[in-house]
Amino acid sequence: MTDHTTTPYLLPPMYDEFRAAARTVAEKELGPRAAEVDARGGFPHDNYATLTAAGLHAPGIPEEYGGDGVDALAAAIAVEEVARVCASSSTIQTSNKLGVVPLLLAGTEEQRRRYLPEVAAGEALMAYAISEREAGSDVAAMRCRAAADGDDWVLDGVKTWITSAGVAMYLIVFAVTDPDAGSRGISAFVVHADDSGIGYGEPERKMGLKGSVTREVYFDGCRIPGDRLLGERGRGLRVALGTLDHTRVSVGAQALGIAQGALDTAVGYVQERQQFGKAIADFQGVQFMLADMAMKVESARQMVYAAAARSCVAAPDLTYFGAAAKCLASDVAMAVTTDAVQLLGGYGYTQDFPAERMMRDAKITQIYEGTNQIQRIVMARKLLQTR
Amino acid sequence: MTLRIVVCVKYVPDATGDRHFAEDLTVDRDEADGLLSELDEYAVEQALRVKEAADDAEVTVLTVGPEDAVDALRKALSMGADKGIHVEDEDLHGTDALGTSLVLAKAVEKTGYDLVLCGMASTDGAMGVLPAMLAERLRVPQMTQLSEVAVDGGKVTGRRDSDTAGEQLEASLPAVVAVTDQSGEARYPSFKGIVAAKKKPVEEWDLAELDIDADEVGLEGAYSLVEDAAERPARTAGTIVTDEGEGAEQLAGPGHRGAGRLARCRRRCLACRGGRRLVPAHQPSRPDR
Repeated sequence: MTDHTTTPYLLPPMYDEFRAAARTVAEKELGPRAAEVDARGGFPHDNYATLTAAGLHAPGIPEEYGGDGVDALAAAIAVEEVARVCASSSTIQTSNKLGVVPLLLAGTEEQRRRYLPEVAAGEALMAYAISEREAGSDVAAMRCRAAADGDDWVLDGVKTWITSAGVAMYLIVFAVTDPDAGSRGISAFVVHADDSGIGYGEPERKMGLKGSVTREVYFDGCRIPGDRLLGERGRGLRVALGTLDHTRVSVGAQALGIAQGALDTAVGYVQERQQFGKAIADFQGVQFMLADMAMKVESARQMVYAAAARSCVAAPDLTYFGAAAKCLASDVAMAVTTDAVQLLGGYGYTQDFPAERMMRDAKITQIYEGTNQIQRIVMARKLLQTR
Repeated sequence: MTLRIVVCVKYVPDATGDRHFAEDLTVDRDEADGLLSELDEYAVEQALRVKEAADDAEVTVLTVGPEDAVDALRKALSMGADKGIHVEDEDLHGTDALGTSLVLAKAVEKTGYDLVLCGMASTDGAMGVLPAMLAERLRVPQMTQLSEVAVDGGKVTGRRDSDTAGEQLEASLPAVVAVTDQSGEARYPSFKGIVAAKKKPVEEWDLAELDIDADEVGLEGAYSLVEDAAERPARTAGTIVTDEGEGAEQLAGPGHRGAGRLARCRRRCLACRGGRRLVPAHQPSRPDR
């Protein structure tokens, strides 16, 4: 007999508790500050402190390294709930994850013990430096050099669009160690913010996510000891792509949160806004828009959670699911936030309401950690591989 | 010696949702979503702070309530309490404050305690009498309405702020302490706390376990009885009265004593004089109750 009271397709109640806990913090602390965080720009130190106090700044670090030990699904819910009220603040979580995953995937036990407890305690923020001005989607075209010098490595080059640069204490940096080896000539390193020869560009003036800081990172004869090599020499790209499989779930969760926040904003507004003598929610044209938005948001959620589940167990199809979740959720975020602005009408276009901020914040989720065009290439490759 | 702290917490209907009485005029707990009473979160927080300041302490959260009341315990355990006790018995339905204090006293005695912490009142019944009743039943000192709590060497000290004075109080342990919402923001449960709470023990006790007869509690054993309850009437839109000389009469009705008072008000009240001019269409707010 089929048991009609449980099904594996519904989340166990503990995830509701995770969501409730994260939502309480988000709504009580982060939501009320979101407009100000966006307006003033720069890294929101107050929200980093809030997230740290609530244990939400770096969800998913294993317990043996001082973390909460929750799985990727719980971590995705944490990101989703923070992004729902303040996408900028959720970059603290995604930025940390970009630092944590390479250490878990490729780090030695010593390296993990060196860095992860500090991140888990909120003492150190992490950043991930892979893109360059001329090497975005074509990541293997990077020029940043790491030259062996005795036991040390010396880094020279420029990394671009680095989230949390200047605030992060540790950066995972990808650099060319063997110029003739092509994509197998790239290696990963851990660089400390206080290493000599590291500098930062002016904060980028961005369209959205204004409450996160994005800068170039300059390496000018930046000397680091040999034990900072992360994973094997020449296997950096593998670390980078392996990391993105997991962290795209986080970007998907971030996009999902933004979309849900926009939907909630719109649902609230249309019931209050009176035109032609009644709430605009009474108009079927508005209702159809809302239904479409909600349907898209829930589809994105299912995709993101399915990808998160594959991240938990490092499933062989994680690459496909990570790409699909990030791509779908970010496209949904863009569509739903745009519709939310539309539903709020003239008010939606002003900064007195959160919809326009959400629309600006949504855009980057279609771009970073691989543009959605790249995601589609990743998916298509997986599809065609099986033939 | 382990400092044994017991926090009494209540599972209450969510005040942001729809709350109703059941047919027997008890709070309808089936229809509304419940949660840990917000005022009790302060007591849990103070217990955790006392524990953190102590060398060796254990925090037990205790609740009396229906099956779902275990959610209130889970929340407190997620915040950091060590174990829970859930007293549940169908004969408890309709128990009043006196009866509840009896159950709590028996449970507190059974589990053993040095310090009992309570919130200042529940957010549903809001009687605020339970800490005092509990202390009486336990025959230990009580300090209520505290905004600060500290435990040191067999004593509990605290501060009580009233409208006219701030008192510094001290009691020997064991004691019952109730804290206000000024005692310090309650922490949020962390994911780590939520995971840890799953492994923390929650004991289930019924009345027999506490040696309490069914007729001492429940609706039958209650000293007070709710005879009737009516929903607060919905607020109606106010009527705007434009004063063109007879506004007072319009408000209070012709010949009503109040009419004269309102008329005088029109010339003398601060609202008019503060602006150094007579407001031609002054509209005193209409008392709606």
